Amino acid sequence: MKQTPAPGRMGERSSSWTARARGEVAQRLPIENLLPDRQPYYVGSWVYVFGVVTIAALVLTVLSGVILALAGPDWWHISAAGRFFNSLHFWSVQVFFVFMVLHLWGQYFMASWRGGRAATWMIGVVIFAISIAAAFTGYLSQQNFASQWIAVSAKDALNAAGLGAFFNVLNFGQMYGIHVVLLPAAIIVLVALHILWVRMKGVVRPIESSRPATRSTPEKV
Amino acid sequence: MMQRKRTTPEDSASTIRTVPYDLLREVAIAMVACLVLVVVLAAALSSPDVPSVTIQSWAQADPVDFTTTAANELAGSTTSAGYGAPYNSTDAGQTLGPIAPSKWAGVRQPVDGANDFVINPLKHASVGDSELTAALSGFQAASDAQKTAWLTAYAKALGDAKVQDGKVVVASGDYGAVPVLMDRLLTVARSGGLDGLLLSSGHFYQTDFTKPLLFMADGSYLAGLAAAQHLSGSQWGMMNETGQYPGQSWLWLYTVWYQIPPFNTAPNGDLLVIILMGVLTLGLLLVPFIPGLRDIPRLVPIYRLIWRRYYREEARP
Amino acid sequence: MDTPAGYLHWGFILISIPNLLLIGLMIVLFVLALVIPLPGEKETP
Repeated sequence: MKQTPAPGRMGERSSSWTARARGEVAQRLPIENLLPDRQPYYVGSWVYVFGVVTIAALVLTVLSGVILALAGPDWWHISAAGRFFNSLHFWSVQVFFVFMVLHLWGQYFMASWRGGRAATWMIGVVIFAISIAAAFTGYLSQQNFASQWIAVSAKDALNAAGLGAFFNVLNFGQMYGIHVVLLPAAIIVLVALHILWVRMKGVVRPIESSRPATRSTPEKV
Repeated sequence: MMQRKRTTPEDSASTIRTVPYDLLREVAIAMVACLVLVVVLAAALSSPDVPSVTIQSWAQADPVDFTTTAANELAGSTTSAGYGAPYNSTDAGQTLGPIAPSKWAGVRQPVDGANDFVINPLKHASVGDSELTAALSGFQAASDAQKTAWLTAYAKALGDAKVQDGKVVVASGDYGAVPVLMDRLLTVARSGGLDGLLLSSGHFYQTDFTKPLLFMADGSYLAGLAAAQHLSGSQWGMMNETGQYPGQSWLWLYTVWYQIPPFNTAPNGDLLVIILMGVLTLGLLLVPFIPGLRDIPRLVPIYRLIWRRYYREEARP
Repeated sequence: MDTPAGYLHWGFILISIPNLLLIGLMIVLFVLALVIPLPGEKETP
């Protein structure tokens, strides 16, 4: 028997936070929408796979990163296996950015922010910006010539912005910690929210060219 | 094929025809495809790893540039010496009208090139070296005017310097204690000791490479290696990678400004680019709310290709 | 892979061949995704 959201014993609204939270979730994202086995028939283009491939590349980036972190920042310079895992990490990052940008192009030209989906779009842009920062701190963590040059070059822009005083790109320890712990956590949380929002709102309807958009709030499309 | 009417989550008034779809299988296929792609790329092409430059390798490869840089540190004429915040207050830093973020942030990573890169390492190295000890006291006891005179003459002489057995030889002149200091610093650098002295700065554990990197960046050797690999700022370097590897193409819009006026020559070029990119990023974030920008998809018929099946079916009577 | 890459210099644009190939590949992938039908779909007139 399906659980109905949170009525109290006398039919009134429950005072239990847990029951109320469960009710909200059940209302906003029923499990059939979180894990659907059907989708609108207009979701029929290869453009729709760019997002899931981006996620696959992110998973590989994180997994290869976990191995690199376990073995320490020096490992990939002195071991062939280490170099291979670094290469997995390097190429999964390249694949991640390629497909994230393709996904951005696709979603832009589909105007996927329509129908109350502005938040989904905005979360995506924030993920893009934070991914750039994650890649940047990753390049700084390589401990080779490239990281030396990137550090001394990038410091000028960050210093001009006033951020260099707090984020010292010449400080390997600081950049490594941010790269390995803080930014991956931020990306993973934001990607999870992004996916939840897509599942909550559903896939955006095709553009009806007879109806010009005047607002991004829910419109009848 | 069975057609089941299903409401879309936010729009319960209308219904749309749905088709079967296996989300988890799609995720699994994407994961496998991506894994195969990445493994093949990694096995076939590996990844770039040009070894780092050390103070030692710099001093050995280009002793004249090393010595010139060290002398300029003493003279306070290097880039880092005149940088401003966060390293020192010799310059106001980059500003745009009243906007002065680096100054607001303050001097939070104090660096004193003359002492940090030259005098203090030499003091450590002077243990048991009476000639160096004497040269150090001689230099430090001299007046500022005298130091400037020695350093100016020495810098000029370095223009015609020769390298003999790894050492820098200049024409004779009145340079005071400077040649001894420079010669000893070069020796410490060539031995590898200066890398350690600049990094450890009295601590055992250290992960902050500010001092050795700023010192290197004050010279021309590191920048020369970078330019040879098209990594300089004016070569779209931000986008590039060493060797034949793809770089960071996603930084194209960030680096393009550095290639064109006014950004490429403006003394506050970095600040201008940061502000401009901040505005553009905000613009990308707020696309759903910006008229014009949010209407372009409607005007460009790419969507008609993506949803051609839908438009074909809807057009049927 | 460690020898320096070739570069294309066109006006003020200076791009490495690897980067150019990658961007070209992205455009090709996007266009292909737009035009190639999904497997199992029949293009009815």
